[in-house]
Order: sequence, then C-alpha cells, then structure tokens
Amino acid sequence: MKTVTTNLWRNALLATAAFAAIATPSAIAQDIGLPDWVDSDSERQGYEIAMRSDNSDNGFGDSRVEARMVLRNAAGQETSRELSFQTLERADNTVGDKSVVVFHTPADVEGTALLSHARILEPDDQWLYLPALARVRRISSANKSGPFVGSEFAFEDFTAVELNKYEHNYVSSGDVEIGGETMTVDIVERFPRYENSGYSRQVSYIDQDIYQIRRIEFFDRRGDLLKTLDLADYREYGDGIWRAHVLTMTNRQTGKSTELVYSDYEFGVGLSDNDFVRGVLERQY
Amino acid sequence: MLPSLRTLRSLVLPALILAAVIILAQSTARAQGWDAGGSAGGETRIFLDDPAWPGQADDVQSSIILEGDFRWRSEDRRHQLVVVPWARIDSTDDERTHADLREGFYRYIGDTFTLETGLIKVFWGVTESRHLVDIINQTDLVEDSDGEDKLGQPALRLTSQRDWGRLEFFVLPGFRERTFPGRDGRLRGPLPVTEAPLYEHADEERHVDLAARWSHFLGDWDVGLAAFHGTDREPVFTISDSGDSLHPLYRIITQVSADVQLTRGPWLWKGEAIVREGQGDTFGAFSGGLEYTFYGITASGADFGVLAEYHLDGRDSDPAIAPPTAFDNDIFLGGRLALNDINDTAILGGAVIDTENGSTAALIEAERRFGSYIFLELEGRFTLNVDERDALFPVDRDDALTLRLTRHF
Repeated sequence: MKTVTTNLWRNALLATAAFAAIATPSAIAQDIGLPDWVDSDSERQGYEIAMRSDNSDNGFGDSRVEARMVLRNAAGQETSRELSFQTLERADNTVGDKSVVVFHTPADVEGTALLSHARILEPDDQWLYLPALARVRRISSANKSGPFVGSEFAFEDFTAVELNKYEHNYVSSGDVEIGGETMTVDIVERFPRYENSGYSRQVSYIDQDIYQIRRIEFFDRRGDLLKTLDLADYREYGDGIWRAHVLTMTNRQTGKSTELVYSDYEFGVGLSDNDFVRGVLERQY
Repeated sequence: MLPSLRTLRSLVLPALILAAVIILAQSTARAQGWDAGGSAGGETRIFLDDPAWPGQADDVQSSIILEGDFRWRSEDRRHQLVVVPWARIDSTDDERTHADLREGFYRYIGDTFTLETGLIKVFWGVTESRHLVDIINQTDLVEDSDGEDKLGQPALRLTSQRDWGRLEFFVLPGFRERTFPGRDGRLRGPLPVTEAPLYEHADEERHVDLAARWSHFLGDWDVGLAAFHGTDREPVFTISDSGDSLHPLYRIITQVSADVQLTRGPWLWKGEAIVREGQGDTFGAFSGGLEYTFYGITASGADFGVLAEYHLDGRDSDPAIAPPTAFDNDIFLGGRLALNDINDTAILGGAVIDTENGSTAALIEAERRFGSYIFLELEGRFTLNVDERDALFPVDRDDALTLRLTRHF
C-alpha cells in the first residue's frame, strides 16, 4: 500500500476565483435583499462593500493559469512548487466553480491532479489523481483549517471565498499603505458561518478604486492575529476582470511565509463540464 | 551474490542507455515539446530470518531502479504520447532483474471520445488493503508482494464521457505473464514459479481479452461496474515434471465487478465485489470497510486516519483449481499519519489478520522528501502467529526491512 498524504493535495485552489473580482459597482445589495444576520447599519454596510467586491467575481467563463508557490521558513530558507489551474465558472449562484489543479514540482509528485466541484453550503466534491498507481480517489473535503501542501495557506483560504460563507461588519475607511502603495480602503470584518473554520474572524481591506481585496488579516480561534495575506500586482483582463498576481501569506506567530505568484491568465480557453470530470485527471501534464 | 552474466548483459546495457537518455533528455527534450523526467533509486532489503526454502539466497538484497518519463502533447492538446521505460537490476534474484515499458501509448482526445493505443496502465477500485476489482494490468509481483506494481498492458481503450457516466471499452490483444521471485529469491513458496507458463486457451498469450466499465458519481456516491472476459491475471499452479518447480497455468475467466464509495465528512465508506467464473466453481469475493480521518491533531496541522477493512473470498482453496489468496476471511486494521509538512512526511501502519486462524501480516511504511529531488522510503513487512495452513505460511520467514532512496529528475 502506498502511503499517500491525500490531505496534502485536497481542496482545489479556486485560485482564479479566489481574491479576484470584476468591478461592477452598480450591483449593490438593495436589488437582492439582505441576509437574515444583518441587523445593524454597520453589518448592512459591511455586506454591501463585500458584495460589490464579490459580485465582480462573476463573468469570466473559464480560465487557465500557471503558478509558482514559494515557501519560506523563519530563517528565510526557500522551497518552491509549480502548479497549474483550470477553472470553469459556476453557471449560477446555486452551484460552485469547478477546478483542476495539477502539480508539476516537486518531481516526485509531478502529474498529481486534484479535481474540485465547489458547493455553496454543502462540502465540496473532490477527487485526487496519483500517477504512481494511476489511481483516482474521491477524498474528504472536511478538513478546512489544515495547511495546503505544507504552505501557510489553509484549505479554507482558497475555498471559502463565497460572500455568503461569512457575516460581514463594516469597521472604518481610511488611507493605508500596503506593499509600498498608499490607497484608500474600506475595512470590513467577516466571521465564518461554515463549520470547522480555524478562524474566529478576518479583517479585509478593500480599496475604493477598483474594489479589490488588498489585504486580509486572519485571527485564530483564541482571537489572536495568526496570518496576514497581501494581494498585489492586480492586472485587468479585458472587460474589467481583475486578478492579483502576487499573494503573500505571512504567519505572524511562526514567521513563516508563502508567496503565490501567478503567470498571465488565459480566459475563454474553451473548457466545458466534460473537462472537469474524474476521468480527465489522468491526462493532465 | 550477483546476477548471471547473461542477465547482466541483457539488462545493464539497456539500463545504462536509459540512464543516459534520462539525463540527456533533461537538457534537450523540453525545447521540442517533450516533457522529460525520470528517477534513479537504490534499494536495500534486509531479511530478518534465514530462508525457509532450498535455493533462497542470503539476507540482504540490493537493487538499482531506473525509470524514465517522457510526455508530449500537441499544441491543441488533442494528441498525446506517453513513454515510461523502467528497469531494476537486483543483486540476488535474476527474476527480479527485469525491465518493462510501464506505459507507452498514443492518446487522441476527441470531442465525444478518447482513444488510447499502446501499453497502458489502468486502476479500478476503492479499497486500500486489497485491490479486488483491479484487473486490466498484470501484477509485477517480483517487485513487491502488495500487488501495486503493474506491467504495461497492450490495449486499445475507447472512453466516452456522458451525462450519465463514463463508458470505457478495452480490447487487450496481448497477455503479460505475472512475474515471480526466482529460485534465489525470497517471498516465495517452497517451489519457485520458474517453468514455462501454460494456458487453458489454444491462443495462449495471444488470446484477445475484452473488458468494459461504467463509472459515475451521484452526490456523495462514486460507483463503478465492470466486466472482463479473457485470460486471468492470477494463475493457478501445477508442479513440473522434475518436481522442484511450478508452472503457472492461466485460465480463461469471466468476471463482473462493482465498486462503491460513499464520502461523507471525514468518513469514507468503501466496498468492492466480484463474481468470477472459470476457476473451479463460480465464486464471489468482497472487500469493504471505512476510513475516518482526525484532522489537525497537532498545531502544525497533521492528520491521522484510521482504516478498517474486511475481506471475504469464496474461491476454492486448492491452488491447482483457483489462485491462492491470503484474503479468504480477513480483517485489515491500520492507521495513517500525515504531517502535512513541506516534505510530505507520512507514516502508514497496519495488519491483515485472518479471522479463522489468527495469521497476521503486518506492515509499516514511512516516507518523506529531502530537498526538492530526493525521496526516502522505509518499509517493514512482518508475519505473526502464522498457521501452517494459511496462505502466508510459505513466506513466514521472510520478514523484511526495505530502505529506498530515489533521486528524481
């Protein structure tokens, strides 16, 4: 029996959807109504700001992108992994995106591929392909707070990007400097509504210019600051589709960090539902 | 003890060429649309007891293992080529010194179907401790007794993905003989399987086997149904005229199978079943169980999974009628620790226990990466409390520790 660290590879990064958005400032909450948990002005305002950022996530169809993940320990030693992502956008808001992640390095896991069908309220459906055995396993998606491939990213950092997975609360607005750039941001707290989160709350910084999330602070279950994620190098693709190309997650408790650097995205590459079934995992290289 | 000169001549040169190709391919292949990789490994296996059977060699067995991995795809991703040559040179057992093309095929990806032709590798099934329904590829048994190493299977495979599932048809025009340890090798019975294979069908290894499979998922359920008709991958055995070795005898069988997995939260529920006709009375067999994972048991995010599986097999116990199995009425219990660190450190331990006579086969496997290219594996296999009528009895004295260090390219 091969010892496979299944959990390491689970949970597709919904990376093309994660932390990225299309600016559609007109789509504000009043058209749609407010969720049950909203019962104050700051919660309504927080929800609307988050929704404006999240709404702009829709409309990209399908995409393909390469990425390099650099893991650094507190002493600055580095190791890296190369991955590629294919994503098919959800047809409507009742189902999640579909994605395939393929690992190209380290060499011993080359060709390992992960298929995810994201869901909104129920757990995601996930399948993992292991080239050594030519075997596809259906795997559990119950692990939310575990590290993704030994990085500082947790699974939920990639999968819990849906607006309605949180309660939101507006905190304040003001000028901050993130990554050497000064910008005016709205600061919105969000509290996970899904089970098994490793976080008590998150604080997001959403700029007032292109409505993208520029920073997220993650607080652990005890309420202490755990990690900071900076999203930088936003580039616009065609019709106002914005993508961050450098994501840096820093663990404030251990000093370790992980940088995720994306190449240029390809949109509209002609992927369909049949490219996101378990049978395609064996031909991803 | 060294392999015979004949074996050395037949393998060392191809192995050296393979090594050279892997190294040269690194620099040149990428430019021409090929993705080239491979690995070179060293392995030492230490047996803890003296051998049980005449002819078996001493207690330390060492090997060099080479593998190449060459992949090409066309610009539009419709055409793919995969070539995976592989070789082992063993210090002790001439039968274990062998080479194979693990995969070597062309794939066409159409709009409504996918076609593969060449030597392919296919896995069916869901359980961990036995692979009951997996039948397309022959087992490379001399590699490892766990049956997870496979020989490349000549095949024409047609796949079609539909809304109601995935359909696969296989035409298998050439049969691969199962590999077995030689007279010098450990992990065999009192008589080595070294004689020429015998076949039930007059077409022998040229018999064209057929298989089909449907698989699909519905919510938490993954389901597969399959049928196979042709030469069984598992042989039965007959004693040679000289009386000191065995012929494998491959019969024509018809087998239908089902495999099911239910995935719910941290629980995985798994089941596999077959019905096989052609080796004595028609018989059925079942493997099934569960896997439960405790997530985040340490601050750094390690997971611990618990596995339990049950095996029942109704085949004839006479090895001249039906292939012997150690899974006639057995329970597997195991645990798997994954540290989820950068080195992918993982440890698996478990035991298969016969419910009737208590015979136990235990294993422990640990692995981790060092840097970006080195992978280290340590394996231990032990038998305990073995009844002399159990299928484990012939290998009762073959407890072993294996250390394998692989450099990937």
